[in-house]
Amino acid sequence: MDYLISVATIAGIYIIMAMSFYLPFMTGQISLGQAGFMAIGAYGSAVCSVKFGIPYVPAILIGGSVAGIVGFFVGIPALRIKGIYLLLLTLGFGEIIRVVFINVEYIGAAAGFPGIPYQDHSLLYSYIMVFILIIFFSRLRKSRMGRAFHAVGSDEDAAEVIGVNITSVKLIAFSTGGFIAGIGGGIFAHYQEYIEPLMFDVMHSVEFIVFTIFGGIQIFWGPMFGAFVLTMIPEFLRVIQEWRMELFGALLIIMMILRPQGVIGLDTIQGLKKVSSRILGRGLS
Amino acid sequence: MILNIRNVAKQFNGFHALSNIGVDVAEGKIHAIIGPNGAGKTTLFNLISGVYDLTEGEIRFKDVVINQLKPHLRAKLGIGRTFQIVRLFGLMSVLENVMIGTHCKTRAGLLKTFLRFSRKELTEEKATRENATRWLEFVGLAHKADQTASNLPHAEQRLVEIARALALDPELILLDEPAAGMNLNETLKLDALISKINQMGKAILLIEHNMELVMEISHVITVLNFGMKIAEGVSSEIQNNPKVIEAYLGRKK
Repeated sequence: MDYLISVATIAGIYIIMAMSFYLPFMTGQISLGQAGFMAIGAYGSAVCSVKFGIPYVPAILIGGSVAGIVGFFVGIPALRIKGIYLLLLTLGFGEIIRVVFINVEYIGAAAGFPGIPYQDHSLLYSYIMVFILIIFFSRLRKSRMGRAFHAVGSDEDAAEVIGVNITSVKLIAFSTGGFIAGIGGGIFAHYQEYIEPLMFDVMHSVEFIVFTIFGGIQIFWGPMFGAFVLTMIPEFLRVIQEWRMELFGALLIIMMILRPQGVIGLDTIQGLKKVSSRILGRGLS
Repeated sequence: MILNIRNVAKQFNGFHALSNIGVDVAEGKIHAIIGPNGAGKTTLFNLISGVYDLTEGEIRFKDVVINQLKPHLRAKLGIGRTFQIVRLFGLMSVLENVMIGTHCKTRAGLLKTFLRFSRKELTEEKATRENATRWLEFVGLAHKADQTASNLPHAEQRLVEIARALALDPELILLDEPAAGMNLNETLKLDALISKINQMGKAILLIEHNMELVMEISHVITVLNFGMKIAEGVSSEIQNNPKVIEAYLGRKK
């Protein structure tokens, strides 16, 4: 049972991380630095708890906010570049954050940051955050900013000409993505009790991207599904645990050939709606 | 005059795409820009809507110099446009595409959308939706509101683009080859639609290759060739202008 809870908690945190990648992704910004924002949230909230005795929830919110503010400033140079160059910029950012944390004695440097108060209800808190994200993303789809996100993501130049301020839209998306990653990091830190810079290396950012591409990029259920399934499967199939990245790689290649939009697409959601309305319709008649 | 283009030039790495262009668009008129391929018509549109910075000259809209403004601010001032190659946001519904059109005139931010504290945001969303529905009815596509934009036939996608530009309620609308790829019947409907937009008092700047359409509905026609203005006037003047005939058909032997 304990084992199940621990796997489910990590899955919850990874769902949060996948969503933190997905939000800027909606506006066409691909970030390889989400693990860096996660680290900022983790260390930020840990400092709040350990050094200042701030309670759990506010500590995590502060950690997330710091990550969001950093996201804003990383987002400014990110506005001018696209594609592979943005990948490199965010990759560099993530690594800089990690190297900085390795060298700051105040937070334990390379030896790590021990003694973070353990949160018994990490499972609950991580899924409260997932729930909030579900509400947020489902409302976003039907809101002014959400439409702007989609417009900027699908044709930035056309969006600008018809009146969308792409600078502000992209900055908001990038820094909110940083905030969400920071929250994930805070929950992670208080679940692990001990954090070290190595936990936030770039391979984790890559994993968050894999979750999203595998799960589906058209609708927010995709990355949620991808993060959950790809965290759970290796846990239950112990054999493949060590071959995780190889498995992810192979899965991605297969997906790109068979279903480039990811497992969950707009058609999946429409199909589910049809099926459920049919079942409900029968039940009523 | 609602739009004044003064001595405008645009160069791409030394290539003179446009030189010394002066065009005035009057309030409530249909003004056509014609010319052979590569004459610089779409470049001129891109300068007006802010896709490119101009190399020389000045563009004024309602007596405000706009050539330093970002594209979204020009839209906010009241310049709407459509594109030569349809640029709808493919995965969104037809209605959502038109709703985007009012983005710069509405306010709801990310946090307020999420929390939905105030009635104001909900009213704004409702007003945006109603406005978009009205413009879809105007172009005759209200029955397709919920379809995914990229699933529509080409001609209807062009109409959605026009509705999206109109949603902003612009005073000047730039139509870049709206009849391209349309059959005769669709072109006739478009013809009526453009006149209807004009009757609402909106000025229209139109790039079009369909000469019948241009001659019939334009109040003023400007002819470009090799990046220069070679003629301007009403349709009868343009049709008999030897320079224009030469540009289109070549020199008489």
